[in-house]
Amino acid sequence: MTDSTAGRAAADGPAPAVIRTRGLTKRFRGGQLAVDGLDLTVPRGSVFGFLGPNGSGKTTTIRMLMGLIAPTSGTATVLEAPMPQSVTAVLPRVGALIEGPALYGFLSGRDNLVRYDSADPAADPRTRDRRVAEALERVGLAAAAGKKARAYSLGMKQRLGLAAALLQPRELLVLDEPTNGLDPQGMREIRALVREVAADGTTVFLSSHLLDEIEQVCTHAAVMSRGRLVVQGTVAELAAGARGRLVVQTPDRELAARVLADHGVTDLRTTGDRLDGEPPSGAADDPDGHLPKLCAALVGAGVRVRSFGTERGTLEDAFVALTGEGFDVAG
Amino acid sequence: MSPGEAAVLPRTAAPGGRPRTALGVLALFRSELSITFRRLRTIALLAILAALPVLIGVVIKVEVGDSGGGGPAFMAQVTENGLFLVFTSFVVTLPVFLPMAVGVVAGDSVAGEAGSGTLRYLLVAPAGRTRLLAAKFTAALSFCAAATLTVALSALATGAALFPVGRVTLLSGDSISFWAALLRTGLIAVLVAASLAGLVAIGLFVSTLTGSGIAAMATTVGLVITVQILDGIPQLHSIGPWLFPHYWLSFADLLRQPAYLHDVLRNLGLQGLYAAVFGTAAWARFTSRDITS
Ligand SMILES: Nc1ncnc2c1ncn2[C@@H]1O[C@H](COP(=O)(O)OP(=O)(O)OP(=O)(O)O)[C@@H](O)[C@H]1O
Ligand SMILES: [Mg+2]
Repeated sequence: MTDSTAGRAAADGPAPAVIRTRGLTKRFRGGQLAVDGLDLTVPRGSVFGFLGPNGSGKTTTIRMLMGLIAPTSGTATVLEAPMPQSVTAVLPRVGALIEGPALYGFLSGRDNLVRYDSADPAADPRTRDRRVAEALERVGLAAAAGKKARAYSLGMKQRLGLAAALLQPRELLVLDEPTNGLDPQGMREIRALVREVAADGTTVFLSSHLLDEIEQVCTHAAVMSRGRLVVQGTVAELAAGARGRLVVQTPDRELAARVLADHGVTDLRTTGDRLDGEPPSGAADDPDGHLPKLCAALVGAGVRVRSFGTERGTLEDAFVALTGEGFDVAG
Repeated sequence: MSPGEAAVLPRTAAPGGRPRTALGVLALFRSELSITFRRLRTIALLAILAALPVLIGVVIKVEVGDSGGGGPAFMAQVTENGLFLVFTSFVVTLPVFLPMAVGVVAGDSVAGEAGSGTLRYLLVAPAGRTRLLAAKFTAALSFCAAATLTVALSALATGAALFPVGRVTLLSGDSISFWAALLRTGLIAVLVAASLAGLVAIGLFVSTLTGSGIAAMATTVGLVITVQILDGIPQLHSIGPWLFPHYWLSFADLLRQPAYLHDVLRNLGLQGLYAAVFGTAAWARFTSRDITS
């Protein structure tokens, strides 16, 4: 399914891509190949999850998309303009949080936003104070706006970084691990904010380690591993692609395990009266052919089957299956 | 308050792009100035520069009588006319304190932002690399002016408080009114500030080479000291006139009647040359550099 889903988002629907990369590659001066031939397509209006273990090249990709570093080879197009050549035209329409917030510790939260807003030549100075106040309000920092940023907690800094990305209505919001350092309540708030921004028509490109986060807020996702794109598609497609597990409830665990093993079920695990395992290869493509036979074999062997079925895979299963080693850091 | 429910105002995605306005373009220059002068470090540097003329004035006042002529230039005139404390202060601060302060500010300008990570957010705002560099250069030049002005005003106040002021006898022996002398003093202050322009460009260039503000400041200040030592080595006198501090003390030539302009113009030309060369180098480096911090 890896091949069929990759590039699928590009094909379906007439919506133009907000981000498109072709063969995007970055080799750092030390020789480290951080991003390797990336073909990414982010459809307009999507909430796009960019997944990958530590060091898989997510931040490096985002830096190339934002024109901070030049690709070694390949092309990147953001809002239909080539990067990094079009930074001045494109970036006022993009809000970004890259590898955590960075603030002026000696300035108040409000003055930090004024500083970043002043850096945008397309920002209207006459509406600056109002927009800054609105952005602070939006991330829940209105009460702490006058405090020096060096006295902010990590979560408050993260929120202020988000506020900077929200100083203008944006067409694209790029968020590199936006919930890093936030408490569970803060995470919920940020997710709500992302949904709200997306509902207004902004495309959101969100990198994360947190699979349930991606599953909760994203419509599309791509998975990176060691600088390469493993897969991209809609979240529903990706999760469906994860192989479901066969689950049997029975008091005759040992007998059932033997019968299932004889019929090609692998990775069997028992928890109480529950037995689950990897269905035989081919079962995913033809469940109606395989599964009833398995069930019949169990009943035929005298196993008292209380329930029999498959559990749909989660994105986490898909992720671990695709990146192989799961969450280990690539060298 | 929860942002989740906050401000669910109708918002639409930005249209094709907002136009840049002249005010919007200038905003970064204003912001850069305010950030430079709001930093505690800048204020501390200016405070030190303000304290030096007071110190010099007090020392001269206390030591009056046994000044055998060993002190810096104009020392002897100070006791007769407080205005000369301005020139003495320039002579004392120009070789070390002023360039050190300028080196700190210029050296830290880009590297400090890279180190703290704020540079990447300025660039995605997008500040524009050329515009950001121009704003940094302008702010550092403004700091030169502020630093020079601080020394001048502090020296003027101290000189007026501790010594008599009045008609000024120039180095050429001519006597001019206090107000005419004050005008020349202002001109000299402008010249002193302009003398630091080359150093600003060097500091800015060094600043684009590294991601550490401390390293950039140390390199720039080290460079100022090294170059002045080189300038003092007799065997190297052929390259001396090309070193940026070589004509720094030429401002004294304006205290003659008629003013002797040869070295003053050489100084301005040299500063312009350094500013152009190192400014271009800083631009070439900064606009092509990967921002990985
Ligand atoms: N400036 C740099 N110089 C050399 N190598 C680098 C540099 N920045 C990143 N790398 C390398 O590039 C690879 C990808 O790094 P990147 O920061 O893009 O990963 P990431 O997916 O964002 O990881 P994380 O989830 O930890 O944020 C890593 O192996 C890293 O060591
Ligand atoms: Mg990262």
